Amino acid sequence: MASSTIAPTPSSFFVDKKDLGFSAFPSTTSQISIHKCKKPISKMIVSVMAPQQSERKPATSGSVKTAMTLTEKIFSRASEKPQLSPGENVWVNVDILMTHDVCGPGSIGIFKKEFGENAKVWNREKIVIIPDHYIFTTDERANRNVDILRDFCQEQNIKYFYDIKDLSNFKANPDYKGVCHVALAQEGHCRPGEVLLGTDSHTCTAGAFGQFATGIGNTDAGFVLGAGKLLLKVPPTLRFVMDGEMPDYLLAKDLILQIIGEISVAGATYKSMEFIGTTVDSLSMEERMTLCNMVVEAGGKNGVVPADSTTFKYLEDKTSVAYEPVYSDGQASFLSEYRFDISKLEPLVAKPHSPDNRALARECKDVKIDRVYIGSCTGGKTEDFMAAAKVFLASGKKVKVPTFLVPATQKVWMDVYSLQVPGSGGKTCSQIFEEAGCDTPASPSCGACLGGPRDTYARMNEPKVCVSTTNRNFPGRMGHKEGQIYLASPYTAAASALTGYVTDPREFLQ
Amino acid sequence: MAATLLTPSPTTIFTSTTIKPSLSLSSPTLKFPFYTTFSKTLTTQHHQTPRATTISPRATPSTTPSPTSFHGICYVLGDNIDTDQIIPAEHLTLVPSKPAEYEKLGSFALCGLPSATYPTPFIQPNKTKSTFSILIAGENFGCGSSREHAPVALGAAGVTAVIAESYARIFFRNSVATGEVYPLESEGRVCDECRTGDVVTIELGESRLVNHTTGKEYKLKPIGDMGPVIEAGGIFAYARATQMIPSQ
Repeated sequence: MASSTIAPTPSSFFVDKKDLGFSAFPSTTSQISIHKCKKPISKMIVSVMAPQQSERKPATSGSVKTAMTLTEKIFSRASEKPQLSPGENVWVNVDILMTHDVCGPGSIGIFKKEFGENAKVWNREKIVIIPDHYIFTTDERANRNVDILRDFCQEQNIKYFYDIKDLSNFKANPDYKGVCHVALAQEGHCRPGEVLLGTDSHTCTAGAFGQFATGIGNTDAGFVLGAGKLLLKVPPTLRFVMDGEMPDYLLAKDLILQIIGEISVAGATYKSMEFIGTTVDSLSMEERMTLCNMVVEAGGKNGVVPADSTTFKYLEDKTSVAYEPVYSDGQASFLSEYRFDISKLEPLVAKPHSPDNRALARECKDVKIDRVYIGSCTGGKTEDFMAAAKVFLASGKKVKVPTFLVPATQKVWMDVYSLQVPGSGGKTCSQIFEEAGCDTPASPSCGACLGGPRDTYARMNEPKVCVSTTNRNFPGRMGHKEGQIYLASPYTAAASALTGYVTDPREFLQ
Repeated sequence: MAATLLTPSPTTIFTSTTIKPSLSLSSPTLKFPFYTTFSKTLTTQHHQTPRATTISPRATPSTTPSPTSFHGICYVLGDNIDTDQIIPAEHLTLVPSKPAEYEKLGSFALCGLPSATYPTPFIQPNKTKSTFSILIAGENFGCGSSREHAPVALGAAGVTAVIAESYARIFFRNSVATGEVYPLESEGRVCDECRTGDVVTIELGESRLVNHTTGKEYKLKPIGDMGPVIEAGGIFAYARATQMIPSQ
């Protein structure tokens, strides 16, 4: 970034950046513990009960010859190799494969072509199929693609298919969830120490649970459907240490925009990004998901937050499957380590047309906008809507531009209508949004985050200027290729909706 | 390589799939190129006026392309060309594994490029194939989504090879896994020296790019030990060759 972009200096809160051969963190972090969650056994689709993998011997700290990072340890266990180094390619056993309506049909086609029309998937309980991208549309091919998923799931007796049939009323579909990355977490498919692959680049979101999660293409997914494994390269790890008390006007979106702005959209290519520090420790699971969600915008192969009590508590009522967290060894080798004092960070945006085009929100106060979009796997979770509601509540004003709200999942949608916003006198998010003049919260899906069919709700069909809580702002991302997208946190998005300009949320939160 | 690469077209000659691998197929591990250096570029703009596509006498290749070469007209792109520009999301309802939809997908390749920056359309109106069979790009080509539709759309449009300064991981991986396009890396910033419409030859054996329009040559990074996967025809063929999955 040009130094003029961040005032007073581009990295006033960026304390130290150095290449380290090792990192002096306590070796106690290499301990492995087995967690058995408290969720009762149930046959309902909402519970996740894949059988334990007794055939796989977990790597223990005793078998480690040389110190390894968290990601290297997961690869080691999943490939049944006691020692691995960055750059090695190994066949990795997959714990969960996720696909959706955009890539699922192609993956299924490849599976049938390569393994045979009558072939069976490697494990019907380890495949999660989530229609979410192009759902509420009249596009015939989009609707057909969901039918392809349904037929395949019936044919293969896939246990976790979150189906939707009645498009006129999503609530009439109890199995339908919405955005795959948020649904995976809510339904208990994300577990520490495991390998989760998905046909979507934002599969890296699940790294928030201390697991390896990355996006793959149709061909690789077709391969995994039949073989249950995939040839993967062990990535080196970049470590990001974030310390300091998080100011109450910042969200995890600001943290990841800062990091991407620092290292660029290609700065983590083929690399793992590990997030630690007191700031990270203080983040909720949803905020950790935001952090890991956008590592792919830095080119990262995966992002990971070491599992801790916050993780275990979140998982208590979501899975009955035993899992084994792993942690980076004290002497593990990191390619680079970046340190940030988050207490000095200010609200950020990524200006068009790149997620690394970082600027302070307050520096963009003259940018007139046409609309605001709050939604997606990045910024459409329950806490994201609570954050936006907090800004609207504090202002007591009405929005000056159309403000579109797209809850990520059915559960988030219900939370928007039922959870009371602290300090509101008992009001829900939906009531606050209505009073502020926002659009009625839409049916849960990926929505306009990636453009999609022309009748997609809130799609940018004209060259508008939008402040969005989504993840990418390359040309054409939300529809029109001359559109301009400013990526921002829900705080900044809500503040901008109230003024009609890109706005620092401190105008309303302090 | 995928069969689509073997189909002759007026602008493309792919005469052989014989590539000397630097790693035997029986090797237990395969190491793809590992990119460690990136310089940051924030702009995606890369405006260039196309040169004439006719080959001047001095630009005519002195010999026919070697058995491991790609020859054709190039289309030049800048940095950070993401998957939404390669194939906009509105076209993702097309299923690449369905032959008719595969062809249709190709007709939309690179239609997401901003017209002001790239005034020459990659595919002419009412055409399904491009006259440009080789892409030359800058850094971080194919960043963004993991959608395999991106390399597939390029392959379906008639692209045989891409030369980029660097690649986003997933695009590179999908290119290798599918065998749709051959992903090569340039030693330097070739995208600043070539123009859309230049006639070029990629000589794999010698790891070089020859621009016949300008008479210049450029060094390419060796294909390295991902060669066996490409030579085998993608991840399935490679897995069968190494007995990771049974032969059909």
